[in-house]
Amino acid sequence: MSIKKTSLNNLHMKYGAKLVEFAGYQMPIQYKDGIIQEHKYTRSHSGIFDVSHMGQLFISGGDDLTNDLEKIFPADLKKLKTNQSKYSFLMNNKGGIQDDLIITKTSDGFLIILNAACKYNDYEVIKSKLDNQYKLNLDESLSLIALQGPEAKNVLNKVIPGCDNLKFMNGNNYVYNNDKVYITRSGYTGEDGFEISIKHSDAEIFVESLIEYGSKLIGLGARDTLRMEAGLCLYGNDLDNDTSPIEANLKWAIPKSRIETEFVGSEVLKDQFQSGVKKLRVGIKPDSRVIARGNTKIYNDKNQEIGKVTSGTFGPSVEHPIAMGYVDNSYSTVNTKIFLEVRGKKIPANICNLPFYKKNYVKGEINV
Amino acid sequence: MSEVKYSKEHEWIKLDGEEATIGITKHATEMLGDIVFAELPEKGSNVDKDGTAGVVESTKAASDVYTPVSGEVIDTNQMIVDDPSKINEDPEESAWFFKLKIKDKSEMDSLMSKEEYEKFAKETSA
Repeated sequence: MSIKKTSLNNLHMKYGAKLVEFAGYQMPIQYKDGIIQEHKYTRSHSGIFDVSHMGQLFISGGDDLTNDLEKIFPADLKKLKTNQSKYSFLMNNKGGIQDDLIITKTSDGFLIILNAACKYNDYEVIKSKLDNQYKLNLDESLSLIALQGPEAKNVLNKVIPGCDNLKFMNGNNYVYNNDKVYITRSGYTGEDGFEISIKHSDAEIFVESLIEYGSKLIGLGARDTLRMEAGLCLYGNDLDNDTSPIEANLKWAIPKSRIETEFVGSEVLKDQFQSGVKKLRVGIKPDSRVIARGNTKIYNDKNQEIGKVTSGTFGPSVEHPIAMGYVDNSYSTVNTKIFLEVRGKKIPANICNLPFYKKNYVKGEINV
Repeated sequence: MSEVKYSKEHEWIKLDGEEATIGITKHATEMLGDIVFAELPEKGSNVDKDGTAGVVESTKAASDVYTPVSGEVIDTNQMIVDDPSKINEDPEESAWFFKLKIKDKSEMDSLMSKEEYEKFAKETSA
């Protein structure tokens, strides 16, 4: 299979991107400024992220669609208003996460944003669970661009007036270059921001105009350090088929109204709600400057293995190494002393609260 | 007169009499990206040619630092441990890694000259 390019590929090269293969796409890992500068620019101004590799799945048709989707996803879709978004999961029967995703109610159905590496499988799974009754369109004619940071609203408002009225986790239709664009206020950096779904042919000129108003292109490298500081999970690292949303400390994304109802994986989740879980995702802060990457083993003070790190890096804004991982639930309390095995040495660290970097979202409706 | 040579692992080594100063090349820092962590060998320890003698980490990944010659570690550069970003700023001068009392000068013979290294770096990164 040949490697795919997004509509911004030429622009990436123009701005000096180092390109890597990611989920079958040629994507920028960083541009000329490097990961730390790109990270900081997103936190102080605004950054543009090409996330066109992610899946945009539109589902429509039929009065029972909301009901049928609630049999798949643990979100309260009946309560969702048009243009409102929720974070949710596609789970297997064991309650393991097959993908984490954002569901938005549109005027004629739902839009689900899927992880790039999971999107084709998700499409097949969702299609078969819906018994082929509805119209599913994994739309590959659209680019997806995220604009994140404190200046994001000002920059975007100059290019597409009116979008600063959007509340967090809400979306709406706008017009750009005489074409329809769909914008949601959301993101993956711990900053205020937007995700813009736009026709491929408009993507390059749209991004150039954001750059003209002071924004900069940001690569996947900084996207990863930004999301880690914000305590957000990366599918494949922090979430997988053997981990449930409860274990992932994402209980807040399962509304109480859904716990007693049936959906894929609901039995396991109900049981975990009642009896608790054996492992739990936690924040980890090493005492020193040593960085513990994914798969680093975690020990207690008796040298017994109690878990493993799933993501770790140096946090450019918090100016300290940060990590997250799973530990035996009895060690998940904040300030518990743990040890990380890095290059044969046991490095002292503490369990800490997530996020490492405090969020700065524009509040919409309460999400619990 | 000091002699500067380069290794295939992208270290530079400057020899003054018995004393060798070792660091990583500018080319190496460009490949690594922003360096956020450095670990150095212990003073007084002995290191063997091509063995691990430290670690650097960028935001992306960890990489071992090797010693191009054998010897006893007589000094280490605390500045780069305290502020690893100095390695990106000045890799081939102030941001040296460690100094050795060199064991066998003939180990320098297999290393590359500046011209040879530049050619090697260009070929291997293409």
